[in-house]
Amino acid sequence: MTQALRLHRAFERIWGTPRGWRGTLSTVNHSTLGVRLMVTAFAFFLIGGVLAMLIRAQLATPGSAFAGPDIYNQLFTMHGSIMMFLFAIPMFEGFAIYMLPKMLGARDLAFPRMTAYGWWCYLFGGSLLLIAMVLGVAPDAGWFMYTPLSSKPYSPGINSDFWLLGITFVEISAIVTAVDIVVSILKLRAPGMSLDRMPLFAWYMLVTAMMMLIGFPPLILGSILLELERAFGWPFFDAERGGDSLLWQHLFWLFGHPEVYIIFLPAAGVVSTILPVMARTRILGYGWIVGAILALGFLSFGLWVHHMFTVGIPHMALAFFSAASTLVAIPTGVQIFAWLGTLWAGRPQMKLPMLYLVGFFVTFVMGGLTGVMVAVVPFDWQAHDTAFVTAHLHYVLFGGFVFPMLAATYYWLGHVTGRQYSYTLGKAAFWLIFIGFHLTFFLMHIVGLLGQPRRIDTYPADIGWTGYNLLSSVGGFVTAIGFGLFVIDLLLQFFHAPRTRRNPWGAGTLEWAMMLPPPSYNIASLPQVDDREPLEAAPDLALSLARGEGYLAEPRNNWRETLAVETASGRIDHIVVLPGNTLLPLWTALVTGAFFVLMLLGLYAWAPVPLIGVAALGWRWAWVQGGKQPFGKLPIGFGDEACVHAEVQGSPGWWGNVFFLSANGTFFGSLLFGYAFLWTIAPNWPPPELLTPSVPILAIGVAGAAVAALFGRRVRALKGPVAGLAALFVALIATVWLLAPSPTSHAYGAVLAVLLGYGALHVALAILIGMFVVRRRGAGYVAATLGAEPRIARLWIDYALATGATALIGAHMPALLA
Amino acid sequence: MLAGGAAILVLVCALLALAFRPRGAVRDTSVRRWIVGGGLIFPTAILAVLLAYGLVVGERLLPREDPRTIRVVAEASRWQWTFAQPGNAGMIRTPGVLHIPAGRPVDVELRTLDVIHAFWVPRLAGKLDAIPGHRNVLRIEAGQPGMYYGLCAEYCGIGHAGHGFRVIAHDAAGWASFQAGGE
Ligand code: HEM
Ligand SMILES: [Cu+2]
Repeated sequence: MTQALRLHRAFERIWGTPRGWRGTLSTVNHSTLGVRLMVTAFAFFLIGGVLAMLIRAQLATPGSAFAGPDIYNQLFTMHGSIMMFLFAIPMFEGFAIYMLPKMLGARDLAFPRMTAYGWWCYLFGGSLLLIAMVLGVAPDAGWFMYTPLSSKPYSPGINSDFWLLGITFVEISAIVTAVDIVVSILKLRAPGMSLDRMPLFAWYMLVTAMMMLIGFPPLILGSILLELERAFGWPFFDAERGGDSLLWQHLFWLFGHPEVYIIFLPAAGVVSTILPVMARTRILGYGWIVGAILALGFLSFGLWVHHMFTVGIPHMALAFFSAASTLVAIPTGVQIFAWLGTLWAGRPQMKLPMLYLVGFFVTFVMGGLTGVMVAVVPFDWQAHDTAFVTAHLHYVLFGGFVFPMLAATYYWLGHVTGRQYSYTLGKAAFWLIFIGFHLTFFLMHIVGLLGQPRRIDTYPADIGWTGYNLLSSVGGFVTAIGFGLFVIDLLLQFFHAPRTRRNPWGAGTLEWAMMLPPPSYNIASLPQVDDREPLEAAPDLALSLARGEGYLAEPRNNWRETLAVETASGRIDHIVVLPGNTLLPLWTALVTGAFFVLMLLGLYAWAPVPLIGVAALGWRWAWVQGGKQPFGKLPIGFGDEACVHAEVQGSPGWWGNVFFLSANGTFFGSLLFGYAFLWTIAPNWPPPELLTPSVPILAIGVAGAAVAALFGRRVRALKGPVAGLAALFVALIATVWLLAPSPTSHAYGAVLAVLLGYGALHVALAILIGMFVVRRRGAGYVAATLGAEPRIARLWIDYALATGATALIGAHMPALLA
Repeated sequence: MLAGGAAILVLVCALLALAFRPRGAVRDTSVRRWIVGGGLIFPTAILAVLLAYGLVVGERLLPREDPRTIRVVAEASRWQWTFAQPGNAGMIRTPGVLHIPAGRPVDVELRTLDVIHAFWVPRLAGKLDAIPGHRNVLRIEAGQPGMYYGLCAEYCGIGHAGHGFRVIAHDAAGWASFQAGGE
């Protein structure tokens, strides 16, 4: 038996997924889950595509009786929501989950159980929306759900609740996946892969995932507030009672505008990866591109108001946002010219992925140009909410995301299937999709300028729009036929094509340094990386890694091991022992789902039960990790040694909590923004009745926070801080219960209830985590004595006391001053 | 603006196509020329011009003080527009039709009775939203007497597609008779 085969069997025993339904339900393997995410997302794309065809069928002729306005409104709302939330984001998440560990030279992501939990949440949340559609009660207030149209008085049915709850469920998945991705990129790389040797795709995903951590919390907050208003009558968005529908617009676009870049950046990462290979050279201006990605991520958050140019914003503010909107064109320009320069530097070949990239270039540049036009304010006053905007948005999304993803499919399909591409359907599919797409949407620019609004189910025959619309619909169906061919092509390749060689395109990145299709553990040993394109210097890397000529080549203790590095330098830091297959993610997702279903059914009294269930499962989730025996330094190959993650302070778990709390902090910040916004901008303020201030309660809370902040910091004692938090908790609850006005009478009371409730919830969580670590210490777990667990508990305590005290003081101050 | 956009598109496509020509002479692949020149300086210059243009035009569209301005209240609801303005004998309310004098600036104060709507008469001005609890004012002016079509430009539910209205711009005589309560 050769060395490679022996290692393969040994690793497969540790990392593999058992056959049968139990294995299917319990797997946490990133390759399997990545493919599942992509397949699910593609299914949603097809559903969204069918809806698009129905829309185009309706618009093909004036006065069409195909669907009435009620159905039509559901059609475009669901089309937009599915494409944005259930197709684009999960698709690139799935791709990143599958590809990142392979490109980075790791065996899995940092939090495999979270990966699985994310997929289940996405599947269940997405299914809720499909159920709504099948029942004919799909959301119908447009994909950005403007209040008060989506509020109870104007959307009395369950339709909007399906959107708010289903999408929030899916967003949970987006947040945990983003944390998973950020920590994996920062920590789980092959030794020697410093930040400046990282493949560009990892840079793109790092920024994307960070943007998700900042961009999604405002939407989640908005959805929660709107659901609270719909369910309990808390008037956050009701102008009569001190709410403001503009608050929804701010929260939505704080998310919605970065969302467009969140979708575009991973696709651009794909382009930056494939294009140099197609041109048989290296990318031009690596450092410039990294700079452009960072700039784009940063600028995209300055732009949200650009969707609100017509709500009546002061002229100076408009000028500012108009400038910021046009500014993003610069980092985009840097990337476009870096790609063009790369093509000029190399010897490009028009292989199939390259053909799709050309489709991307042409389409995306047009979308960018119309985007700059829309950003110029006077033009937007004319074009806003017409078919021109629909056309622009599809040029950007379809050009900037769908074409690169199609290129990626043809480029990496062999990696997933282990088969080589040998058909010609892909070319025909390209031309159908390309021509069909431009026919559909180029014409929509024109009818938009002729004045056709978006979101209308019908239009008069005598107004001169008919011909454009008919041709546009024909284009839509040509596109659909193109996608039909694409699907057939994929199926053929899955079932028919001969096996592929390793590294068929001659690429330089690590994902090609393995057997195809990849085994469950990716690589039998981890390489030492000293170049951005390791395969270029060592074309036989795949074989030598399979023979065990790298790090961690010997399986030990049945552990799933991979290496963590120091973030910047790529020097070896410690060994990460990853959890194996488990049903916990499925159970947790089911219990989480129970919460959303109970809310949907209006069984509010029961809704806390699953939340307690989630907390209990979370306890178990953390408890089953790690052991009681310290190992000290263990050999990892080449004479090096390292500790396991349970015995270090900077474990992936610590980093994961840092990033999770950052996202959480954005959520809290958005809430404070909402409080301030309502107070200063909304009509019908100040409120008729302020909170009754109580100095003793305030003092108890602040004193508790001070105790929690000051005690036990050095020695990592937890009992003192937990006692302090308990006092803060009591003060928060007493304030909501005894002092604050009713949350239903005015938005002021509603905001206070959420603010104080948020503080109380986090204080309670921090107490729970503190108690958890105390118990673990008592039981003798290494991670709770030598490792990072006390540090994580401290982090939560600090976060909870800061937010809890802010909420308490923020609630009292205005009333005390008045 | 359209022509400029088309020119940029042609430029990018040409650069793309030329990259595929068979290899001949040595190619220019300096980072400086491509990224700094093409990616940085080129778009910055164009954007600066566009932005300045946008601000100047936007400034000109801004309502200015004008003693001849008249004020109209537009009240949007699902799915009806009602306009109210002072006439010779008290307020005149006109459902579905906005009467204005040609050649004089008109400030339309936008209100809504229910959800968000947007007032848009494509040939007279840009659009502005009517938002519950807020008051937005849009300046319009019709150069010529005549009839103009207006519509709601913010999705407002089932009747959104039909949520339109008409604007009638009167000459001096027509305006006088309208204000006197005729039509
Ligand atoms: C197969 C090609 C597609 C066609 C033919 C198509 C067609 C359309 C049409 C006609 C509308 C306008 C509905 C209206 O205003 O009444 C629309 C809206 C929209 N589409 Fe697409 N679409 C396609 C693909 C996509 C993709 C790939 C995405 C995103 C990744 C997307 C995202 C959206 C969004 C966000 C809206 C706005 C929905 C709303 O107004 O609430 N579409 N689509
Ligand atoms: Cu309307």
